[in-house]
Amino acid sequence: MKYIDEFRDPILAKKILAEIKYVTTKDWVIMEVCGGQTHALIKNGIDRLLPDKIELVHGPGCPVCVTPLELIDKALKIASLSDVVFTSFGDMLRVPGSKKDLFIIKSEGGDVRIVYSPLDALKLARENPDKKVVFFGVGFETTAPLTAMAIHQAHNEGLRNFYLLASHVLVPPAITALLESPKNMVQAYLAAGHVCTVMGWEQYIPISEKYKVPIVVTGFEPIDLLEGILMVVKQLESGSHKVENQYARVVKRTGNRPAQELISRIFMISDRKWRGIGTIPQSGLSLRPEYSAHDAELAFGLDDITVEEPPECISGLVLQGLKKPHECKAFGKECTPQTPMGATMVSSEGTCAAYYTYGRYNSRISK
Amino acid sequence: MKKEINPEDFASCPLPISSHDTIQLAHGSGGKIMNDLVQKLFLWAFDNNELNRQDDNAVIKINGNRFTFTTDSFVVDPIFFPDSDIGELAVNGTINDISIGGAVPLYLSVGLIIEEGFPLEDLRKIVVSIKNAAHRAGISVVTGDTKVVNKGKGDKIFINTSGIGVIKHNFKIGPEYIKPGDMIIINGGIAEHGIAVLSKREGLTFETTVISDTAPLNDLIAKIVETGAESVHAMRDPTRGGVAATLNEFAASSNVGIRIIEDKIPVKEPVRGACEILGFDPLYVANEGKLVVVASKEKADAVLNAMRGHPLGKEAAIIGDVISESPGMVSMQTGIGGWRIIDMPVGEQLPRIC
Amino acid sequence: MCLAIPGKVIEIFSENGLKMGKIDYSGTVNTACLEYVPEVKAGEYIIVHAGFAISAIDEAEAKKTLELWDEMTEKAAEEGLDIFGMPLDENRDGEK
Repeated sequence: MKYIDEFRDPILAKKILAEIKYVTTKDWVIMEVCGGQTHALIKNGIDRLLPDKIELVHGPGCPVCVTPLELIDKALKIASLSDVVFTSFGDMLRVPGSKKDLFIIKSEGGDVRIVYSPLDALKLARENPDKKVVFFGVGFETTAPLTAMAIHQAHNEGLRNFYLLASHVLVPPAITALLESPKNMVQAYLAAGHVCTVMGWEQYIPISEKYKVPIVVTGFEPIDLLEGILMVVKQLESGSHKVENQYARVVKRTGNRPAQELISRIFMISDRKWRGIGTIPQSGLSLRPEYSAHDAELAFGLDDITVEEPPECISGLVLQGLKKPHECKAFGKECTPQTPMGATMVSSEGTCAAYYTYGRYNSRISK
Repeated sequence: MKKEINPEDFASCPLPISSHDTIQLAHGSGGKIMNDLVQKLFLWAFDNNELNRQDDNAVIKINGNRFTFTTDSFVVDPIFFPDSDIGELAVNGTINDISIGGAVPLYLSVGLIIEEGFPLEDLRKIVVSIKNAAHRAGISVVTGDTKVVNKGKGDKIFINTSGIGVIKHNFKIGPEYIKPGDMIIINGGIAEHGIAVLSKREGLTFETTVISDTAPLNDLIAKIVETGAESVHAMRDPTRGGVAATLNEFAASSNVGIRIIEDKIPVKEPVRGACEILGFDPLYVANEGKLVVVASKEKADAVLNAMRGHPLGKEAAIIGDVISESPGMVSMQTGIGGWRIIDMPVGEQLPRIC
Repeated sequence: MCLAIPGKVIEIFSENGLKMGKIDYSGTVNTACLEYVPEVKAGEYIIVHAGFAISAIDEAEAKKTLELWDEMTEKAAEEGLDIFGMPLDENRDGEK
């Protein structure tokens, strides 16, 4: 497959790994921000191939994981209403709220449907004028242009029965919050390639300069990840700190302008609560007042709910890269992908889920 | 920082896997959750030596002859999918379950549960598919049953087929005979059935050239058995849960480790493309015409050649081996030389796929 | 969910006022919205996230990334060295 196979070439991978080993002389702690990158690293076994001096720490780049429990509960309430068609991406369906998840609501009779794209949800709204079609928009900046387009269309067509339950979060404020934390041990970052495809990488320049950290925009295939790690290590070894772009075949410095324009027309930046971390100021997107008719939280008049996370769950520390999944008492016991207790075990992109599924830190495995 | 955790803590979960008190879709998906139900409810209730073997069929001795007996129900949605339908699936699926121990399939029963309002023309098409599939495999449908339920109480049509076969060889074939050193062989490209069915499911809009690989494997299996005693230790057709489920079942029931190599696993290009856009791992996608063969090290090449000489095994390949370390676990060397565990599928990836 | 994959635009059309495309992923064809890549033409490659193209793929940049390693290897080999400046060793090359 073009643009995939070449970036999975095992011989090239070995070359890059050899060079990483050659240039690494000290211990370094590197964070990859995006959950998709976490999974790709572990799925391909890259974490085990890197020299021991390099420690990979996994970041909060899983939008499903960081969606607040209250918002999940709101989604469940809306989904169980009889005149609602509740649509979302597939990976939200198993995310547990306080008591249930969307799958259970579906088995109880709720009209819950998986869609591949927000435009599919829009289509359902056109075809079912007597129903309220709600789209659960969860994602980073990569997904925001998609929901923006859906709202833009709905507004233009006068589709009054289309609503958005939004959980859009922004990466740069999250990285800044992590860097501000006194417990932060991360020395360099692999920035999320597809987020930067939309937003460009200029936002990371002031972060790199202020905190003196190398940031390399990295793709998702094994060759991309290895190159990104190599570029980061070279900077660390030479004491430099700047923003570089490994994923140049897709990411431009200024990103995708049409996408950014529509995002800022439809959304405004607001404070957002991140599950497991807390409220990060100016880190989320909310619908602008002109589009509030499509805002599901307003339309369904849900009161604010606060929920307690299970005390054993250390998702927050995992999301911040301060702990690894196997350092959690409940990992693999009370907390598994079938019975997740917290954010990071829940999602297919979550760090705990990756560690569990791909068998990390199980000494019964021989290599 | 790289602390090891105790493997016993990791593997045993004190809470039952199902935290619901109703049956969920995952209970039918062939993964961990279904296995848990089988262990805790069905094996507990019916408890006998034959059932506890947990193979896809039962081996019964009558008057010194060995027979296999199996049953399977088909609820695939949609009922017509690229190049096949629920009727053909129902015949091939049961024939395959009968054949995996090397038995020769003889007779089939067909039970139909039809929803009121189902078009007669569709029923006719399905029955003709059943007839043709039975003929292709050389077996007869000797008994059956038809029930009709009220509109809304059944989804178009469900089919149950049960089958009997006779074991003519006296070889020892079954998961209990798998041992370290054995080689794992697959007869061709994986994940085709699951993708073909999904491409026609309402709500998804992709076009693909992938067609279901549904096929009766009894003839291919007969060729494999002909390679003689001690050549094949176990066989299974990887349906729901894909090759991943089958390998995990073997590893668990035989208490061995299994290693596979990603590069060796045949996956056709269009299937790869579809799996990429859906975010699926081909190892977890259903097949209906594939055979996982665990062959002895000494005879592996002979078995491979026998398979490649058959139309359903032209692309057969050795994909891994059996080891004594890490019993119960399946691991894979990735394309770039790393490794990871291939865990048992959890719940459903693709509901109602067969 | 950052899952986005490369595909080839095989046809461009309009639907509900939006520029759409039929995208080929090695034999599987799906539609995607092309509003965010207005300059893209049939035959070109794009990156698609949940039914939307978010960028075109720059062929030249892709080649650069891969060919850099070939150049390094060739150049060093001319001098009898591997890419790290160590003498070329039969055993090391044969290692797979």
